[in-house]
Amino acid sequence: MSEPPPSVLSRLLLALTTFWRILVDTRLAAKIAELRGGGMTAPPDAEGPESPRLKRAEPNAGLQLLGLLQQNGRFIDFLQEDVGAYSDAEVGAAARVVHEGCNKTLKQHFAIEAVRAEPEGTRVTLQEGFDSSAVRLTGNVVGHPPFTGNLAHRGWRVTEIRLPQVASDHDLAIVAPAEVEL
Amino acid sequence: MSEARYAVGIDLGTTHCALSYVDLRTSDRDDVAQDMMQVPQLTSAGSVEELALLPSFLYLPHPDEFPAGDLALPWSGGDGLILGEMARTVGARTPIRLVSSAKSWLCHPGVDRRSAILPPGAPEEQVARLSPYDASVRYLGHLRDAWNHAHPYDNLAAQEVTVTVPASFDPAARELTAKAAQTVGFERLVLLEEPQAALYSWIHDSGGRWRKQVRVGDIILVIDVGGGTTDLSLIAVTEHEGALELTRIAVGDHILLGGDNMDLTLAHVVNGKLTAEGKSLDHWQIQALTHGCRHAKEALLADPTLEAVPVVVPSRGTHLIGGSIRTELTREEVTHTLVEGFFPEVPVSARPATRSRAALTKLGLPYAHDPAVSRHLAAFLGMQVGATEDLLGFEPKGKSTFLHPTAVLFNGGVFKANLLAERMMRVVNAWLTSDDAPSARLLEGADLDLAVARGASYYGYVRRGGGVRIRGGTARSYYVGVESAMPAVPGLEPPIQALCLAPFGMEEGTQADIPPQEFGLVVGEPVRFRFFGSSVRREDQVGLLLENWSAEEIDELEEIQATLPAENRAPGEVVPVHLRASVTEVGTLLLEAMPLNGTEHWKVELNVRSSSDS
Repeated sequence: MSEPPPSVLSRLLLALTTFWRILVDTRLAAKIAELRGGGMTAPPDAEGPESPRLKRAEPNAGLQLLGLLQQNGRFIDFLQEDVGAYSDAEVGAAARVVHEGCNKTLKQHFAIEAVRAEPEGTRVTLQEGFDSSAVRLTGNVVGHPPFTGNLAHRGWRVTEIRLPQVASDHDLAIVAPAEVEL
Repeated sequence: MSEARYAVGIDLGTTHCALSYVDLRTSDRDDVAQDMMQVPQLTSAGSVEELALLPSFLYLPHPDEFPAGDLALPWSGGDGLILGEMARTVGARTPIRLVSSAKSWLCHPGVDRRSAILPPGAPEEQVARLSPYDASVRYLGHLRDAWNHAHPYDNLAAQEVTVTVPASFDPAARELTAKAAQTVGFERLVLLEEPQAALYSWIHDSGGRWRKQVRVGDIILVIDVGGGTTDLSLIAVTEHEGALELTRIAVGDHILLGGDNMDLTLAHVVNGKLTAEGKSLDHWQIQALTHGCRHAKEALLADPTLEAVPVVVPSRGTHLIGGSIRTELTREEVTHTLVEGFFPEVPVSARPATRSRAALTKLGLPYAHDPAVSRHLAAFLGMQVGATEDLLGFEPKGKSTFLHPTAVLFNGGVFKANLLAERMMRVVNAWLTSDDAPSARLLEGADLDLAVARGASYYGYVRRGGGVRIRGGTARSYYVGVESAMPAVPGLEPPIQALCLAPFGMEEGTQADIPPQEFGLVVGEPVRFRFFGSSVRREDQVGLLLENWSAEEIDELEEIQATLPAENRAPGEVVPVHLRASVTEVGTLLLEAMPLNGTEHWKVELNVRSSSDS
């Protein structure tokens, strides 16, 4: 249904002509940049108001993590239960299973460090141009940087992800298979 | 063959395998570029992870158990078997399909190690079983595939590969290990004893300072307690032309006793408490309890201020909160069970308790009957009291009843627990004090989990002339049984004599002399000989005929078998032969039958189907 890919010669021609057009045409240059940035799904000629780009999070990674937490730490079993029906001692006992397993999973698959090295409760100063996605301002947020305030939470940053590879036709939606003992 | 780029060391362990490598091109003298390979393996259905250790477990899945695509590995050509971490976790729930401790079976003298006997409890018609040898081939094959996947231009077959074996492995088990490695394509192969590998790793880690930490006259005791086995070796520090040398002077017996026994024992103790409370656990819950106890034990051994650590056996179903059973492991239980049970303070005269071996009615591994590592160690040091007699610069044994080590090197995950390492040192030093000998010191800084693999790749590097080598050769002398010529007496077995074929300490790549005794082999018919080994008779020379010996000094090994092919000979003809022993470059014992009138050599098989199974 689609046309065969262009030949080497025609691609060369295309590259040479586009080279100059990109240099002179800023609008085209912006579109090409967008294409190269991974926005291949953007419709080629969709004109419209500039909108903040949103993307849907990849569901497989979420399913995979959920599966790992359930497998090692019984995460879903724990959260699906009605804790209100049990005593604190019973919830506590189960929480140990969840904590031990999920802790192991977290350590095995992620490297996590605090965003701010200072102990919580210390005064910190944020210079102009600080990373607002890594540090969130709260409370009396007025004026201009440098901002000085109290470190309420150190924050966490994942510095490395080591998730397992997944078989291509593995059904990730089954986060825990039913077990039937023969 | 092209020049190898890497020296690769493979720890083919009872419970875990690991692979370490040294880049020979970028390494120079003490500056060794060493790394551990991360081994991709299935961790659950459809999920592949890279881990530093490959658990030595094989799972033989039922065709309906997993979708075929869920068992895919990064490389193609799997045969549907599951290996590594996933095999261990899945196998805990379905033990009849799980092959574990294949290495202990490989050294089991009572079975044919090449017949499909694993898993031992599997229903024969339902589960296609594997031999202990096949299992070794699979583990090595997985490591090879993982390596070739990561190094597509440096095939593992072209590298210098060192595979480690327990020092206590018998000649047949060594040969099978070498054969397995050759089957998966390792052409440049050598075997190395694990305690030696641990010492090489320590030497490497010391970065040249080891020469200051040991001196001539030192005797290093390597105590290697792994997941399934305890392996003991003595290595003397000697001098040659002014340079320090290391000589391995003795190795211990094969003791099936390790960290897994300790975890099982603790689980048993805690399970006893639950039973007393009226709670009974099923098989699945006991597995979970063992797992929980291992964690609790590690916490208690790491933090001396803890008095008890809770252990929770989760419910099997989705109702985690209501169905879980909570108990705890106390310091008192750990101390009593582990420290006193496995490392008791006993006098050096203590010996392991033995039960007379039951008839081979049930096929099982010959686990050590006595769990006390201390007593096994006492027996080893007592037996080897004369191990340094031939060496210059060592104190004569005098009146002492055991060999005095001057330094101790630990290996194996069990000794990550300081409490256990300290106790072991205290036991050894109490023995030394009772003999008015100076205390032994601990060689610090050992890498308890990865030392064997790392030491093996370092050995591959120093073999090329980069550093100190541990010498020693074979740690046993070997004998073949000869029936003495006397008239047959009905009902009495003719007395047997032992003819020494291989002296103690034969180095790799050497041949023993040919003993003058002749043996008659019948062409076309397998002829069996009884076969013996001794770890203490250091002076016996080839051709010596022993009439009497004590059970402590000579062990009977598996029978060996010679078969003369019928080429150029009439079947049934009796051909007189000589038997000659040599040690191959790989490090295995080779026995050959050589006809008196001819130049042929026939290999004598070390691994023979045992006569107890038909």
